[in-house]
Amino acid sequence: MERLPIFKMGKYLLVTIQVDMHDQLALTLQDDLTIKIRETGAAGVLIDISALEIVDSFIGRILSTISLTASVLDADTIVVGMQPAVAITLVELGLSLKKVRTALNIDKGIELLNASHDAPC
Amino acid sequence: MSNKINLSALLEQHKSALLPDWIKEQLSSVTLRKDLMTEAELRQQSEDFYKLLCNAAQSNQLTDIMQPEWANLREFLKGVSRSRGIQGFNTAETATFILSFKQPLFKIISEVSQENVKMLADSIWAITILIDKLGLYTIEAFQKVREEIIKRQQEELLELSTPVVKLWDGILALPMIGTLDSSRTQVVMENLLQQIVATESEMAIIDITGVPNVDTLVAQHLLKTVTAARLMGADCIISGIRPQIAQTIVHLGVDLSGVITKASLADAFKLALARVKDSRAKTTLLQNS
Repeated sequence: MERLPIFKMGKYLLVTIQVDMHDQLALTLQDDLTIKIRETGAAGVLIDISALEIVDSFIGRILSTISLTASVLDADTIVVGMQPAVAITLVELGLSLKKVRTALNIDKGIELLNASHDAPC
Repeated sequence: MSNKINLSALLEQHKSALLPDWIKEQLSSVTLRKDLMTEAELRQQSEDFYKLLCNAAQSNQLTDIMQPEWANLREFLKGVSRSRGIQGFNTAETATFILSFKQPLFKIISEVSQENVKMLADSIWAITILIDKLGLYTIEAFQKVREEIIKRQQEELLELSTPVVKLWDGILALPMIGTLDSSRTQVVMENLLQQIVATESEMAIIDITGVPNVDTLVAQHLLKTVTAARLMGADCIISGIRPQIAQTIVHLGVDLSGVITKASLADAFKLALARVKDSRAKTTLLQNS
C-alpha cells in the first residue's frame, strides 16, 4: 500500500506531500501520523503541502482532523506552504480550518513551533 | 429595356461624375471632421470604397452582402470602422461615410432612367436597401471596435487599481481603490496571495480607504481573502475603514471579530512591524540560546 514518509526532526515530525492526495492516502497518513506521534512523543508536526495543487473538501477535513488528533496527543500541527490556488479553493469550499495553524514555509513553521515550545530542536 | 438596374455598369460608366460628387457631398457635410481626418485620407478611402463596390457589384447580387463576393468590401468597411473608432469619430459621423453615397447615386439613376418611372423606383429601392445594409454593417463593426476599446480599458483599470506593495521585509500592503465586485476581488485576492508566496511575507495590510462603500458581499470577499491568506500562513490587517463604513458594517451585522482592523494604514503598519520584529527577535533569541 502507498504510504507517505514521515521524518523525525528532533522533537518534531515532518511530512511532505509530494504526490496527488487521494482519499485512501490521506486516511493512511492520518493513521500513520497518530501512531508516530505516540511512538516518538513528538512536540510538533509539520505538514508541508507546497507541492499539493489539488484539494477537495475531504483533504481539507483530514488536515483539520490530523491537527485536532495531534493536539489531543499534545503535539502542535502546522500546515506549511499552502499554494494560493489551494487556499482559495478551501475558502470557497467553506473550509477556513480555524483550528489549524499555518506558516509560509518550513523555516517559519519551525520558528512557530520553537516559539511555542521555547526551545530549539 | 430591362427594369432591373445594372449597378456595376452604372458605377463603371459614371465614375467621373459619381466619385467627385460623393466626395464633395462628404466634404460639405456637417459631420465632416477635419480635425480627425485629412481631405486626402477621405479621398483615398472613398476611392477604395468605390473600387471595391464596383468589384462586388459585378456579381449582380445586391440583396445579400454576406455573400463571398462582398467579402473584400466588408473587410474594408471593418477597417474603416476600426480606424475611425480609434480616431474618435462618433457613430453618425462614421455612418455618414456610407449613407452620403446615396444622393449622388440617386441623381445618376434618375438621369439614366429618364421617363421610366418603374425602373427609377425599382432601382432606388434596390440601391437604398444595399446602401443601408452596408451602412448598418459599418455601424455594427464600429460599435464592436468601441466595445473592444471599452473592454480593454476596463481590463487595464483592473490591473492598475490593484497593486501589491512591499512596505517592509515581510510586510505587504494592498491599497484598494474603487468599487469592489466579484471579478475585481478575485484578481485582488490572487495577486495578494501570489505576492505573499513570492516575497515570503508574514503580514499583509489591506487598506480600504479608497473603497467608497462596503456591503455584505464586499465584506464577505474581504473575509475570504483574509482567510485564504491565513491558510497560507500570513496574517492580514484591514485598515482605513471610514466611520460611515464602520457603521454600515455593524448595521449589516458583518462579523469582523476574527480579523485585525486598524483605523489608519499607519497604525496597521506599526502593528505589522511590531509583529514581524517580535517573531524575528524570538527566533534570534532561540538560536542564540
